Amino acid sequence: MKARNQGITRDSIFRVLVTIAAAITLLLIAAIVYELYNGSTASIKAFGLSFIVGTVWDPALKNVFGALPLIWGTLVTSAIALILAVPLSIGIGILLSEFAPRVVRFPFSLLVELLAAIPSVIYGLWGIFVLAPTLRSSVYPAIQGILGFLPLFSGEVTGFGVLTAGIVLAIMIIPTITAVSREVFNSVPNTQREAFFAIGATRWETAKHIVSYARSGVIGAIMLGLGRAIGETMAVTMVIGNRFEIPSSLFQAGYTMSALIANEFNEANGALYVSSIVEVGLVLFVITLLVSAVARALVWRSLRMYKGASME
Amino acid sequence: MSQISRVRKWKNRLLMGLCYLALGIALVPLLSIIFVTAQKALPTLNLEFLTALPAAYGTAGGGIGNAIQGTAILVSMASLIGIPVGVLTGIYLSEYGRGRAADVIRFFDEVLSGFPSIVIGVFVWSLIVVNIHHFAAFAGSVALSILMIPVVARTTEESLKLVPNSIREASLALGVSKWRTTLSVVLSVGRSGVITGAILAVSRIAGETAPILLTTLSSSYWFSGLDAPVSSLPLTIYYYAISPFADMRQKAWGAAFLLIMFVLGISIIVRLISRRRYLR
Repeated sequence: MKARNQGITRDSIFRVLVTIAAAITLLLIAAIVYELYNGSTASIKAFGLSFIVGTVWDPALKNVFGALPLIWGTLVTSAIALILAVPLSIGIGILLSEFAPRVVRFPFSLLVELLAAIPSVIYGLWGIFVLAPTLRSSVYPAIQGILGFLPLFSGEVTGFGVLTAGIVLAIMIIPTITAVSREVFNSVPNTQREAFFAIGATRWETAKHIVSYARSGVIGAIMLGLGRAIGETMAVTMVIGNRFEIPSSLFQAGYTMSALIANEFNEANGALYVSSIVEVGLVLFVITLLVSAVARALVWRSLRMYKGASME
Repeated sequence: MSQISRVRKWKNRLLMGLCYLALGIALVPLLSIIFVTAQKALPTLNLEFLTALPAAYGTAGGGIGNAIQGTAILVSMASLIGIPVGVLTGIYLSEYGRGRAADVIRFFDEVLSGFPSIVIGVFVWSLIVVNIHHFAAFAGSVALSILMIPVVARTTEESLKLVPNSIREASLALGVSKWRTTLSVVLSVGRSGVITGAILAVSRIAGETAPILLTTLSSSYWFSGLDAPVSSLPLTIYYYAISPFADMRQKAWGAAFLLIMFVLGISIIVRLISRRRYLR
């Protein structure tokens, strides 16, 4: 009898232990939200909305902080990354779930996943010494030759700037979008494929149908990629040029929220400066939270719809 | 065969070809990174590079021994916190969590794993570094462990869910209590997946740069305690890459080579082991 009682208590101890561990996630998220908000109260009080729409970042003389160029830089580089990465990723996703012979699907998937395993700082290193010089010497002059009349592609070409940052980001989010969309395509019931083949559709026409059938999952995959692009730091910091202004040309240097944090956290003297950097983190956090919550809900829902099972 | 069906056939071929082209385009950067890094790193790799302290700023010679040591310490400390919490969370989700509560935790675990690592860095910086007024190795480990928890939790849950229910029932039917069944039977049967997940999480945080930059910063000396800054491979790559000296840039490639070998090596081995998933 004694032994059995002990068993029951140990059981409940273990249950409490694993529940606490699981609750740590919730506590962490609450702590992150609290700390970011708490840390930025001074800046929120001082600048209010003008922090988001202001274009002056002057810690030295006036102690005024406005982050619009950073938000603009983050959104534009992420948009460029999506424009480049989405068609490629969906194409690869279709290839890996519909077209490629079964034998090569594993090695192809592995290679694409390795792109995701390479650390951001190594993309930055490669960006500085391989990608930027290549773009400067051959790709950008060619673009300028054709589209140079547009203000978007005018100005001096250094190889470092908004467009280069967008290209590096595109490479980095391809594996994310590819992996999730492949998973979503794989989870589409086979009856959908069989029905199309049965009426004589080609493989491409069938694949097109699969993509449109799985579109909410695909949108989720794209938004997961977007979330990753928005928060990416080191690679962007190393190739974007880090100049605090809203550039008119994609070849010009720019700045992003994450890059500013990485560059200035260590120089921040004075409570208002520290608080402003934390608020940049808060804005970045809120944007990624919205994007990733919507993305995960979409992916979750579409996988659940097809499989009748939970997320994985 | 009608004209229309010939058009459709060619369209089919063209677009399937474009999909292969997309894969080719995506693999160019991967191959370029691996090839260039290996090529530029090879001249730097020798015993001094792997074991010595950095030489005085801007002078030739020296090594990155302290960065290797620092990364090993940061990652081990983070694993000591992150792996137990992650595994226990995974056990909760797979064995104990029921209904809405488990769904909520699973959802927020996913959300936490979607947080940019720099946000975790800002969090720990604002919470710890700003308050203690200096950078510290333990702050970096805390940041890294937060990044590990959702990854380990998810892989643990997945691999424990693959354990057949009959095994749990057999153990419970023998009168073994639930906690003991979970730890000695379920976890033991599912251990390869749990270990795989933990190793994958280690390889993911080993290359994290932004959170360490904000919390641990860097040092030119050997490890001198958890309360002091320490060097690390990712930060060494960052600082050397943006330095004006050719010798340091060369060393950045050497450090990048070590990091790539470690991270890609683990990824490839882990994927090969868990290959069964792709063959289902």
